[in-house]
Amino acid sequence: MVQAITGKVLSNELVAPDFYKLDVFVGSMAEEIKPGQFVMVKVASGLEPFLRRPISINSVNIKERNLSLIYQVIGKGTKLMTNIKRDQNLEIMGPLGQGFTWKGTDKTAVLVGGGCGIAPLVALAQELKANDKDVYVLLGAQTKDRLICEREFNKVGAKVQVATDDGSWGFHGFVTELLERLLAQVKVDQLYCCGPLPMTKIVTRIAEKNSLPCQVSLEERMGCGIGACIGCVCKTQDHHGKIDYKKVCTDGPVFDSREVVFDD
Amino acid sequence: MTKLAVDIGGIKLKNPVMTASGTFGFGQEYAQFYDLSLLGGLVVKGTTLNPRLGNPLPRIAETPAGMLNSVGLQNPGVDYVIEKELPWLSKYDVSVIVNVSGHSLEEYGEIVERLDRAEGVDGVEINISCPNVKEGGMSFGTDPAIAEDVIKLVRGKTKLPVIAKLSPNVTDIAEIAKAVEAGGANAVSLINTVLGMAIDIKKRRPVLANIVGGLSGPAIKPIAVRMVWQVAQAVKIPVIGMGGIVSVEDALEFFLAGASAIAVGAGNFHNPRAAVEIVQGLEKWLQEEKIEDIRDIIGALEL
Repeated sequence: MVQAITGKVLSNELVAPDFYKLDVFVGSMAEEIKPGQFVMVKVASGLEPFLRRPISINSVNIKERNLSLIYQVIGKGTKLMTNIKRDQNLEIMGPLGQGFTWKGTDKTAVLVGGGCGIAPLVALAQELKANDKDVYVLLGAQTKDRLICEREFNKVGAKVQVATDDGSWGFHGFVTELLERLLAQVKVDQLYCCGPLPMTKIVTRIAEKNSLPCQVSLEERMGCGIGACIGCVCKTQDHHGKIDYKKVCTDGPVFDSREVVFDD
Repeated sequence: MTKLAVDIGGIKLKNPVMTASGTFGFGQEYAQFYDLSLLGGLVVKGTTLNPRLGNPLPRIAETPAGMLNSVGLQNPGVDYVIEKELPWLSKYDVSVIVNVSGHSLEEYGEIVERLDRAEGVDGVEINISCPNVKEGGMSFGTDPAIAEDVIKLVRGKTKLPVIAKLSPNVTDIAEIAKAVEAGGANAVSLINTVLGMAIDIKKRRPVLANIVGGLSGPAIKPIAVRMVWQVAQAVKIPVIGMGGIVSVEDALEFFLAGASAIAVGAGNFHNPRAAVEIVQGLEKWLQEEKIEDIRDIIGALEL
């Protein structure tokens, strides 16, 4: 059940250059959240900015009834979010969208994350480990100091590998190269991907080449976040080749990669 | 007991607060947040004869106190709406109005005929003002003679009350309002979005794939209030006012300007409870002002 509530901010802290972690007490909403879902946040009071911002859920603490969001400062909305203070009220709507799914028969999962897209994979890794899956996590970042959440993945017992663009940490190169190497060595049942679009496209191609199911989490500008405005669609194709526009907010943000049509 | 009920050209609303087409889906989306029976009326997503894919991405752009959209009437087509969407709404005590869009006179007529036979429709809103489709849409609503013809044609196809939704992208909106009144419209609703554009200066490209789109939100409210005022003086049929309403204070401006009902559009995105908060706010305001009937403030503007 989607709720529109007033949460209480617990903290809003810089965790890496341009990356902030926002912890919010959300009451019973916490119990409903599945990995891969997101919330719409009203980032400032008044009419500016007019629209709420969709932010993916990084992790949930059901016992304390709070959730963590990690956002990257990109535009007007996320810049304003840095002004959010501890103890203030925060209008928050969620949980929204279709999250990641897994099958009971899956033994080994590989999570590929890049940049801010790493954030929602933490909740997924936690759930997959709780369901006794073997979890590999491949993380891509520009530099070592701009890599987020590595410790959280280690904490849940995932096998973590890192790639940085400048070689300042882990493998010097793209995270997709780590994926190709891993798939040559390990039998994998399910791929998950969240990150920049160029990365998502390559991961999708690798999944196809290896005949592996892959779930990709997409990002799009949103109006309402609940399927009413039809502003945030992505182009899809069913197995008969029929083209459609599906809503990233309610049909996604997680899609089967075979369904998504990536226009170049 | 405060009286909130109004009659919009034969559509009885228990209160004068509606939701605007294209911002409220088919109702289910917002039923997650409150009981839809608390609303006076609900206008569902613009419906065409055949399913429409809509426009390419990006479709929306935030702008100062508002947003641009170029969704392009993505919808599953009238038959699907009648079979799958409308029955679900029947459990609510709310007037349901279906917004209708065609690319030819015949298409408007065909859709309205099908809706006339359908269950659960209290009225049709004829969209002659969508700025985001290449054929039809706004081109029907910017020429008074054509606007009159569309309304006259659909008027002959149904017993349901007919609302004409007007475009602000005209020189003289009162002239269009008089034309649709002459064509037999039972009410007018205004304004649809204002044609606008935003540019990404880094890429030197338009933000929207469609280049231009419809501006909505508080940014257009003064334009909407002015046009409602002009139209309310020009026609005898009731006016449904909309354009940037997010609060009860906004709604009251429209009533004073002459609107008999108001609709919340993009305001639903800003605050998913906006429409129901306005219903509650209206009741409170009328009590505080010791006004017994909402109809006493409709058009009560003093000059």
